[in-house]
Amino acid sequence: MKAHVYPRNDINTDEIIPARYLNMDREEDLAAHAMEDIDPKFVKKVSEGDLIIAGENFGCGSSREHAVWALRGAGIRAVVADSFARIFYRNCINNGFLAIECPGISEMIDDSSEIEIDLKSAEIIELRSGKRYPFKPFPEFVKAMISAGGLMKKVRQQLAEKGLA
Amino acid sequence: MGMTITEKILARHSAHEKVSPGMLINAGLDLIMCHDVTTTPAIDMLKKQGIQKVFDPRKIVIMPDHFVPNKDIKSAEMIRKIRLWARENGIDAFYELGRHGVCHALLPEQGYVLPGMTIVGADSHTCTHGAFAAFSTGIGSTDLAAALATGELWFKVPSSLLFRIRGKLPKGVYAKDLILEIIRRIGVDGALYRAMEFRGDTVENMGMEERMTLCNMAIEAGAKSGIIAADQVTAKYLQERGIENYSQVESDPDAVYEKTYEIDTGSLEPLLAFPHLPSNVRPVSEIKEKIPVDQAYIGSCTNGHISDLRIAAQILKGKKVASGTRCIVVPASTEIWKQANREGLLDIFTEAGAAVSTPTCGACLGGHMGILAAGERCVSTTNRNFVGRMGSPDSEVYLASPATAAASAICGYICDPRTCLEEKS
Ligand code: SF4
Repeated sequence: MKAHVYPRNDINTDEIIPARYLNMDREEDLAAHAMEDIDPKFVKKVSEGDLIIAGENFGCGSSREHAVWALRGAGIRAVVADSFARIFYRNCINNGFLAIECPGISEMIDDSSEIEIDLKSAEIIELRSGKRYPFKPFPEFVKAMISAGGLMKKVRQQLAEKGLA
Repeated sequence: MGMTITEKILARHSAHEKVSPGMLINAGLDLIMCHDVTTTPAIDMLKKQGIQKVFDPRKIVIMPDHFVPNKDIKSAEMIRKIRLWARENGIDAFYELGRHGVCHALLPEQGYVLPGMTIVGADSHTCTHGAFAAFSTGIGSTDLAAALATGELWFKVPSSLLFRIRGKLPKGVYAKDLILEIIRRIGVDGALYRAMEFRGDTVENMGMEERMTLCNMAIEAGAKSGIIAADQVTAKYLQERGIENYSQVESDPDAVYEKTYEIDTGSLEPLLAFPHLPSNVRPVSEIKEKIPVDQAYIGSCTNGHISDLRIAAQILKGKKVASGTRCIVVPASTEIWKQANREGLLDIFTEAGAAVSTPTCGACLGGHMGILAAGERCVSTTNRNFVGRMGSPDSEVYLASPATAAASAICGYICDPRTCLEEKS
């Protein structure tokens, strides 16, 4: 996975997907405009499976889940940040999308480095140097949500158990 | 060890006798608020999972506001889809154009918000309703879909920060300046994942609208929620809407706060958040250069209340908006619009050369009805000044109180509202 590094703090959901595109909600439509107001070349740079590395409070601002969908649609598989804003983090978990909190990471990794995420050992691995950066493992609850494929699948199961859906 | 209001509400709704910060709980929801942008994806998710019915149509309120009146064909289709879905599901509380308003102004105004409730809304500023001693927080579309289907959601119990605010607000200083000061002090992530509880005589002396302004911007410090204990002012607001019965909830005297901030309002001045962060705050009086203003925007869920319009009208009365500057006034709800009309405020605005719009989120989020061109600058009573928030990524937004925005509209550059207020008194 190639890392696209945006070391700035407070990258907000307005920048990740500007409001002028909120009259759309399909991942493939939103993808074309991901990160447009931060880096107009972003979509061209990203290949399927890449990740974003960013500073503190990533995803602050509006609750628009469109931000998660735009990134995922553009091919991003995970965001690793020094810290996350609350609603964005929740939206990631609920979508089964990897949001990994790793304080200090934005200053450790160079743009375009090749990276691997080891979920078992909870480490980010920089392939060229072999350096490993530990992150706080996901709580069991979050792991279950991610492996179930997101919150809605869980809800569906729950309702089915109660005979409601 | 006691509990904070927030902890008590979450405990009651999750069948725990006691909850403490960090606990993961499932909490039952009393009220779910939906608007146009975030609800269509939730409807699609419900359909995709084959979920035909919402858990309880009486606990769901739908308030299209972002792109109303319909901005374009796509948004017209979105709102139509929600309207039809609401009908299918027997959700009567759908606020159609003409009864509409910005969701966070409309929800309390229509008497939905009561102390002790758990409220979620698919909008980040849902923290506004904490002004009524409710636990109220913003969520995304997947959470919304889950909430609509089950009537409950998972939460991590937040720790609480206490803001003890004392003193009278000096002339020309308003709730908006106070919350900007708080965000200046603690930063845009200073309350990340936490509940901000506001207390003290300054808060007690505020009306409900000012308290809403305070809680509205809790999210700009990263908070999960803002909250203020209910009192006589709350009771009166609810009484006016025919509401007498609701649960009393207060923080215990020995409740535990992660941190307490003491704030004395005596030395506060009119403030301004410079681009591009709400924490980038400076006193207006310190600005020595003349910063020309292309647009002054008075409205939004933060400052589009009737009390805000009265303040703006007080300054704009008998004056003219500077040539080269546009001024847009957007009452936050239909009732506020009507009240402003009855009080003659709309005449004052239009005589001054301001344009008055029907309620909408509109330009606040760079949607429509007042978008900024590259290189343009707006003084705005809204809550966010991120890059491109109100239009071009090369435009600038300065956040301020309605008084500062109105004064700047007259001057044509950013100016201290106290000069205008003195002239009048
Ligand atoms: S007025 Fe602005 S901040 Fe408030 S809900 Fe609408 S878009 Fe969001």
